[in-house]
Amino acid sequence: MSGDILIEVRGLCVDYGLGSDAVHAVLDADLELRRGEVLGLAGESGSGKSTLAYAITRLLRAPGVITAGSARFGASVNLLSAGQRELRGLRWSEIAVVLQSSMNALNPVLSIGTQFSDVLRAHRPDMSRADRRARSGELLEMVGIPADRLSSYPHELSGGMRQRVMIATALALDPSVVIMDEPTTALDVVTQREILEELMALRDRLGFAVLFISHDLSLLVEIADSIAVMYAGRLVERAGASAIFRAPRHPYSLGLLSSFPALHGPRRAMEGIPGSPPDLRNMPSGCSFHPRCGYAFDQCRSDPPPPLLDLEAGTRAAACWLQDGRMAVPAELARPARAPATAAAPAAAAPAAAVTAGPEPTGGRS
Amino acid sequence: MTIIPLDRAHTANGAGGGQPVLAARGLTKHFPVHAHRSPRGAVVHAVEDVTLALPSAGITAVVGESGSGKSTLARLLAQLIKPTAGTVLLDGAAVPGRQRYARQVQLVLQDPFSSLNPVHNVRYHLARPLRVHGLASGASLDAQIAELLGRVALTPADQFAVKYPHELSGGQRQRVAIARALAMRPRVLLADEPVSMLDVSIRLGVLNLLAGLREREGLAILYVTHDIASARYLSDVIAVMYAGQIIESGPAAQVTDAPAHPYTQLLLSAAPDPDRAQPPSLRGRGAPPNLIRPPAGCRFHPRCPFAMTVCAEERPMAIEVAPGHSSACWLHAPGLTAAQSRPLTGPALTGPALNEPTSAPGDLAPQETHRPQGPGEEKR
Repeated sequence: MSGDILIEVRGLCVDYGLGSDAVHAVLDADLELRRGEVLGLAGESGSGKSTLAYAITRLLRAPGVITAGSARFGASVNLLSAGQRELRGLRWSEIAVVLQSSMNALNPVLSIGTQFSDVLRAHRPDMSRADRRARSGELLEMVGIPADRLSSYPHELSGGMRQRVMIATALALDPSVVIMDEPTTALDVVTQREILEELMALRDRLGFAVLFISHDLSLLVEIADSIAVMYAGRLVERAGASAIFRAPRHPYSLGLLSSFPALHGPRRAMEGIPGSPPDLRNMPSGCSFHPRCGYAFDQCRSDPPPPLLDLEAGTRAAACWLQDGRMAVPAELARPARAPATAAAPAAAAPAAAVTAGPEPTGGRS
Repeated sequence: MTIIPLDRAHTANGAGGGQPVLAARGLTKHFPVHAHRSPRGAVVHAVEDVTLALPSAGITAVVGESGSGKSTLARLLAQLIKPTAGTVLLDGAAVPGRQRYARQVQLVLQDPFSSLNPVHNVRYHLARPLRVHGLASGASLDAQIAELLGRVALTPADQFAVKYPHELSGGQRQRVAIARALAMRPRVLLADEPVSMLDVSIRLGVLNLLAGLREREGLAILYVTHDIASARYLSDVIAVMYAGQIIESGPAAQVTDAPAHPYTQLLLSAAPDPDRAQPPSLRGRGAPPNLIRPPAGCRFHPRCPFAMTVCAEERPMAIEVAPGHSSACWLHAPGLTAAQSRPLTGPALTGPALNEPTSAPGDLAPQETHRPQGPGEEKR
């Protein structure tokens, strides 16, 4: 994607709490979102992916504090220093947010139509009542819900429909950026797939950029153009979606990819990642991933990880001492990003093979 | 093609090897509805006529969407709720008293954040079942607790025993919940979505723990999940549930590589799969039916792209499509009359092609040619 940069984040740090008790939820994050792009932000719970998104949109609640860095929208707006008036002009009409839990995000005592109307009345005061009604109906139909459901209340809609309503409200003012925080996590796979299909069709039609936050890396590989992976508050790798899937450069991305059993191919034992994510109040020294990393060496334990190192002519980056060029990179972390045209299937199955070739987990089969 | 009961289908393939320890025959659960607008006597048909066998040293996965009845099935098998009809057989005999049953069959719940008591430490959680069942006391209690924690890889045991749930990570909590279930030395472990609340990177650790328990201790394990990829990874046999019924079951790799029921195909086409070369085409739309008034005939027929007249009239029986692999779908039934096989929508089907193994992963092309046209497509 070579569109112009819509959101540019540099060195962003977010703490929860103040002083020595502060928990560093986001550390030194660099991120770019280009026009029309779907950027996947992957990470486990507590990795700081939602905090990062809320900081960019200035929706962070106390005790969250932005302690360093910058975030710009377009060429002119500094998101971190913008006043309430300026933010009010940007929010929804330029940057819209879809929250994870649609059940809680919709007001249970107002009809869907009223909630659409509220958005339009607040941001487009010159619209007439009839225009608002017409636009609301149009938005609902855009996400595949008949316009007569405008008079329904949230409890009368299924989970999938409520999430569609959330997406439709986010698109009400034709934003150029939509931030989606785990928009389909609570839904069944079939509904999830339907909504993602609709979302991608709308993206193609309306041209908005999406920051898609999810813990499900296998899903992001399918829908995103590029992916940024977070671990314990830091961005550890950033690359094109298929590049990260075929040829991860950070041991955490590699481990995460081998945590998703494949739907095809031979069944093989997989190990996931040993240990568990760190407690942010009690972070390990050096690189926060080193206690779980099979490739860790002395420097990983003592020094903080390098900033995102540009690799492969700046098309991707990884924050790992293995990739700074001083030593041989393990073969699993140096696979060619482009698969040979003939060998699509073996290359696709490779992440699982990288971890172990141990015995089948499910013995007893002949 | 022969019609065989599903429970024989499970053991016939020899996947898990052992004799069935726990078996369900025609298990049915209807929950009464008390909403004031519902007619008197209305019930939710949560589980309908489910027959299933859990062999020793075997892992059986039950896969389904929310509302498919998979958790209700696990609770029925754990005897937490009474079935409306049907029986549960332990070693081929009727269920003994509650306490004796609990020593053989244990349930692990989905959410380790609420299944452990926050005011008690790990030791208490593990000691209680041992005491209640009179299996240990005094010095042997500590030894058994240490041994239990070792079995779920929470070592050093003396450090973990004194921790409270809030001091543990999600994965460690779920391991404590599994250790508590193992305290009885049960022969059957019913795991209801044991990893869905856990972080991605630690899920495999818990799944591998279950695989190891089966391997080392010969446990019969029921793995209830919505994630068909993890079911393929862990289990010998996959049973797919839809709207309270098992609609397909068979060896795990076979069910996922050559699905024989349109719903399983839909589920697989919707599952996240980075290997996919192109965006998937969903095989059917819509949502599961209302279970207060489930559709007549096959409960999937309103969503099924291959639905025929007979599908709306009669419930399909399980039909064996390959050794140990059966599908409850009329497309596999031989000898349907022309009237019965008339499509509900669109032009006639040229014939069932569902049981043909697919050549390439993710390629379900043989069925594509038979897809009846929807009304929208006809207009164009």
